[in-house]
Amino acid sequence: MTDHEAREPARDAASTPPDLPDVTGGPDDAPLLQLVTPAGARVTTPETDAYRDRVAHLDAAALRGLWRDMVLTRRFDDEATSLQRQGELGLYAQAKGQEAAQIGSGRALAAQDYVFPSYREHGISHVRGIDPTARLRLFRGVDHGGWDPTEHNVHLYTLVIGSHALHATGYAMGLQRDGLVGTGDAARDTAVVTYFGDGATSQGDVNEALVFAAVNNAPVVFFCQNNQWAISEPTTKQTRVPLYRRGGGFGIPSVRVDGNDVLACYAVTAEALERARSGGGPTFVEAFTYRMGAHTTSDDPTKYRSRAQEEYWLRRDPIDRLEALLRAEDAWDDAFAADVEAEAEALGERLRTEVRALAAPAGASMFEHVYATPHSVVERESAWFAEYEQSFAEEAAR
Amino acid sequence: MTTGTTKTLTLARAINEGLRRSLENDPKVLLMGEDIGPLGGVFRVTDGLQKDFGEDRVVDTPLAESGILGTAIGLALRGYRPVCEIQFDGFVFPAYDQITTQLAKMGYRSGGRLQVPVVVRIPYGGGIGAVEHHSESPEALFAHTAGLRVVSPSTPQDAFTMIQEAIASPDPVLFFEPKGRYWEKGEVDLGGRGEGATVLDRARVVRAGTDLTLVAYGPTVATALRAAETAAQEGRSVEVVDLRAISPLDTATVVESVRRTGRCVVVHEAPTYLGSGAEVAARVTEECFYALEAPVLRVGGFHTPYPVAKIEHDYLPSLDRVLDAVDRAFAY
Repeated sequence: MTDHEAREPARDAASTPPDLPDVTGGPDDAPLLQLVTPAGARVTTPETDAYRDRVAHLDAAALRGLWRDMVLTRRFDDEATSLQRQGELGLYAQAKGQEAAQIGSGRALAAQDYVFPSYREHGISHVRGIDPTARLRLFRGVDHGGWDPTEHNVHLYTLVIGSHALHATGYAMGLQRDGLVGTGDAARDTAVVTYFGDGATSQGDVNEALVFAAVNNAPVVFFCQNNQWAISEPTTKQTRVPLYRRGGGFGIPSVRVDGNDVLACYAVTAEALERARSGGGPTFVEAFTYRMGAHTTSDDPTKYRSRAQEEYWLRRDPIDRLEALLRAEDAWDDAFAADVEAEAEALGERLRTEVRALAAPAGASMFEHVYATPHSVVERESAWFAEYEQSFAEEAAR
Repeated sequence: MTTGTTKTLTLARAINEGLRRSLENDPKVLLMGEDIGPLGGVFRVTDGLQKDFGEDRVVDTPLAESGILGTAIGLALRGYRPVCEIQFDGFVFPAYDQITTQLAKMGYRSGGRLQVPVVVRIPYGGGIGAVEHHSESPEALFAHTAGLRVVSPSTPQDAFTMIQEAIASPDPVLFFEPKGRYWEKGEVDLGGRGEGATVLDRARVVRAGTDLTLVAYGPTVATALRAAETAAQEGRSVEVVDLRAISPLDTATVVESVRRTGRCVVVHEAPTYLGSGAEVAARVTEECFYALEAPVLRVGGFHTPYPVAKIEHDYLPSLDRVLDAVDRAFAY
């Protein structure tokens, strides 16, 4: 197997059983890398040796830390969904079911690595320490962004599907010019990760990003969370072949991983990041997972997918899998779990209070930051708006 | 002719010299585009620059306009100042999404925390006998998007100054180059910064007059000047204003002129329907209403796709059509 061929992991019967609803025989019916079975047992096949080495340093406390990350991400998701139902958010896009893909890959990042997310990467936002309330400013309609990207090395959420894959690639080309790739200094060498979904792989921008990354050997990891649904369209509407094979056509090493296996996601991301930082170029990761929730709070999955499928994946909850592993390895700690539960409760309460307190900005703020330097049209309209508003104040004063 | 720092250059060469200075003065400036390296671009505007500044700073990209713009945005987020060349006006549309949904809004959606100082150079306009998609004037499409600056030089001097100011601007700039005027020559002062950043948003009165104001930019400024000369022979004193910027439109300069002349004709190659001339007409009507002797008239392209080369002279705002509009304005 050469570096530029798509990687074919050994088929693990446990990971893609023949009864997997709506998958058998389609592009999602392909082998994938797994380090922990859905039942919580470690996979010990020889093909997984190299990947197991990459998670060998994660001791019981570290595994519990990953569980905590996932539980807090889930709670954030549930609270945000509730807040939308109560009318406190205009919209919300759930990450539910994709916690292992996000926490596993996110925890493999070095502090200096830069992330270009789509809009469902709440697990990444958690890992990078973005204030939970700030993450919901966009969904409440008080901000188009919400945080300082350079403070967290996480770009703002991008809503135009796949556009940010090019930004990630350009950023990575900048890193190359800055001499931050392949120096051998672990604190200096930097990589970029961009997250997108199965639907985005059909976008021209994602494909152009793969072209630009490949010919420039750019240090970027294309992390595709194949959650099987692009709103209402299944993966079969996007592809005839497993998505990870897309990378091979561009000369980009590719791997398909069980996206509900947090350790496998950590391992493949660590490998891809190392390749990028050392000057080995881009990697395409397909993390096969499931969108347990709706596309957004405006969506109705009962119109297009079966209850049987949802129930199948409910039984493959990535958080349950990690708990099963912890229990199997005698690493489960009731006191720790209770602390995390209390932490999640506190997070929920904080969100309920703080999100409601997020006030609408002043109307006149719409004229701010349209340009970095004065623009006469914006200035004229802004002045008119101020006068218009003032006229009401004067009328009221009369 | 060369005197001191002043040289006679073509408009294309003036842009080349401006790009060269920007590359020299700021190591973060880099050029990206198709065939801009050894070939020097299909119009040779980047001639010799890759040889002098290397492949990392004058980058021959894959043939993908959205990819060029998207990666330029990423480079800008990393602190670079990319100057993208779109080969022809009609080929900017694959990049239209990146320009309008991403480039234009990055500063805004980040609350001013991010800047994306990307320049997009677009050779535009017709009159060169080209095939389909090679003669269009899509500037109004971009001027209609907040967050973008849209400019177009009409002379080698302005081309030299404006390209450097566009690159230095923290805002994204769409830089429309009148390709039909690439080989026209003019004096260029290669020393100093000229008028400085004001060239990006200040119109310029290029010929003084008292009876009518002709407003133009880019390729039609020369046509307007010829029309003014012809009109002068008939005893009409026509003022010519070169807008230089379409976003923002310097309506203050136009309004000041029309208040004196009482008549206004706007000329551009782009279709007049919902074009930048319509905005000029609206502003002038609003601010010069009592000074106007005639309605504001527009001369430009029609609401048709750009026609085949053999009849493009009927589509473009020719000297005759401009003079016809001048006559109509005086006939009111």
